[in-house]
Amino acid sequence: MASFQGTKINPTRFHKSQIKFYIILIIMSVVMALPIVFIFCQAFKPIDELFAYPPKFFVRNPSLSNFRKLFATMETSNVPIARYFFNSLASTLLTVVFTLLISSLAGYALAKKKFRLKNFVFNMNTLALMFVPTAVMIPKYLVINELGLIDNFWVHVIPALALPVGLFLIKQFMDQIPDELLEAARIDGAKERTIFFRIVLPLSKSPLATVAILAFQTAWNTIDASSLYVNSEVNQTFAFYMSTLTTTGNDVVGQGMAAAAALIMFIPNLIIFIVMQKQVMDTMAHSGIK
Amino acid sequence: MSNGKKAVRKKGGLNKAGIAYLFLAPYLVLFAVFIVIPVLLAVILSFTDFDSINFPNFIGLENYITLFTSDSVFMQYVLPNTIKFSLIVGPAGYFLSFFLAWVLAQIPHLPRTIFALILYSPSMTSGITMTVIWKVLFNGDQTGYLNSVLINLGWIQEPIQWLQSTEYLMPVMIVVSLWSSMGVGFLAMLAGILNINTDLYEAGYIDGISNRFQEIIYITIPSMKPQMLFGAVMAVVNTFQSGAIGVQLSGANPTPQYAGQMMLNHIEDYGFLRYEMGYAAAISVVLLLLIWFSPRVIFRLLGEKD
Repeated sequence: MASFQGTKINPTRFHKSQIKFYIILIIMSVVMALPIVFIFCQAFKPIDELFAYPPKFFVRNPSLSNFRKLFATMETSNVPIARYFFNSLASTLLTVVFTLLISSLAGYALAKKKFRLKNFVFNMNTLALMFVPTAVMIPKYLVINELGLIDNFWVHVIPALALPVGLFLIKQFMDQIPDELLEAARIDGAKERTIFFRIVLPLSKSPLATVAILAFQTAWNTIDASSLYVNSEVNQTFAFYMSTLTTTGNDVVGQGMAAAAALIMFIPNLIIFIVMQKQVMDTMAHSGIK
Repeated sequence: MSNGKKAVRKKGGLNKAGIAYLFLAPYLVLFAVFIVIPVLLAVILSFTDFDSINFPNFIGLENYITLFTSDSVFMQYVLPNTIKFSLIVGPAGYFLSFFLAWVLAQIPHLPRTIFALILYSPSMTSGITMTVIWKVLFNGDQTGYLNSVLINLGWIQEPIQWLQSTEYLMPVMIVVSLWSSMGVGFLAMLAGILNINTDLYEAGYIDGISNRFQEIIYITIPSMKPQMLFGAVMAVVNTFQSGAIGVQLSGANPTPQYAGQMMLNHIEDYGFLRYEMGYAAAISVVLLLLIWFSPRVIFRLLGEKD
């Protein structure tokens, strides 16, 4: 038994044998965090530091000038900034809410109901986990065109709602809900709707939070819909506007503004993930492909 | 999972199934319209000469024959680039995700959460806004940060055109993609490792396991196979999804001398720049097949699917 000392998976406290792991993690974290730290530094650099030669990685005298310029540029564009922001916010929220509703309904059916095509549907979905939407952008364009969604606000929302990984995670988690619980409710006379909204959904908070994060990240960050399917500026999103700013302004001033824009895009993702990270880890424990 | 018996057992069975389809319907409709139909349409169009204006004519396998016999750009650059990029980014990203998840599992909860957040944070950035940051870091003149550092260290004399050179574009693409490869699969594997019953380890050591490496091979990986598979699938998706990064970084399609040209870019090149939609669809189909077959190859190699 003397050899049984390694196994310290999920230890409760620090031990000096863990030092080697800390060293690996610190090195990797520094490497991974550098570009992100750089966004922060770059965003707050005043103009003379952006121009500095040799370039300095860290910011010396943080200033808000990049953000001010960014918003000033937005005011001179044809469409008010608020409009882009509203489009992004509305399309992201709608995408998250409807993705959650649609995938949890489907997940409940796949996890707890018996029907003929159940395995077929689930296997198709698992196959679709590997689906890379940009690979079929041309036929997808034709479909969206046929549906009359071109230049429509809803093109940001509707095509994004079928999220195979979302259904997958929710279904795998709902498998764990004991059948007896649902059966007991049924005996007490509960209707399907009541069972779903009062029992199944409250028990599935973790995967719902996780899928919310995934849907949020995709919807908030993507520029595909705006660049492929939307021509009128009034229906384009903040992310897309940011990307046009950053591809046209290739000078040093543009770089500062781009960093400020990148930071504005990044922060909401970070906050949401930090708030919900416990639920994410809870969900991931059930994420396996069996 | 047992294959459910198809016979309807109870009286209310049919009705129950009806409810199940009702619950499934919204998802299934959207799934069909935005995933299944585009894929089928790509397959159909790939056998035609569709140019977005005239009605498509059926031309059989011509697009595929052209693709593999006379499209020299595809055979010389696009396919080798795609394969090279995928063979490095996929397995390396997968291995790194597992390794870091395993290391994270060896330390207590609070520091683990903090490190996991840092390692995951690149996946939260959006590709397009990050491009700007990479362009500054890899800028081609001496004001570029990487060039400046390397010149200061005396490793290079002249600034390197990282994003415009045929030699360095691909390595930069690989580094950038690996940087953001600690995604959902990484989190799944971390959770998988943490959920392994510790009794298994104890039993393993009694049975003669003598070091951490054997522990990983004989206990950790077999006990979390489902998460390993999920991680592999996510690694494949991540790899192919980041395939368009060369065009974003270099700012041109095609990339300088096709150095970073990948299949996604080739599709865009033919579909949206030359309007040869049928041909572009054939490339899409080849890409989809490549994506769907690659996990099979990975599982075979890793011997994960017994």
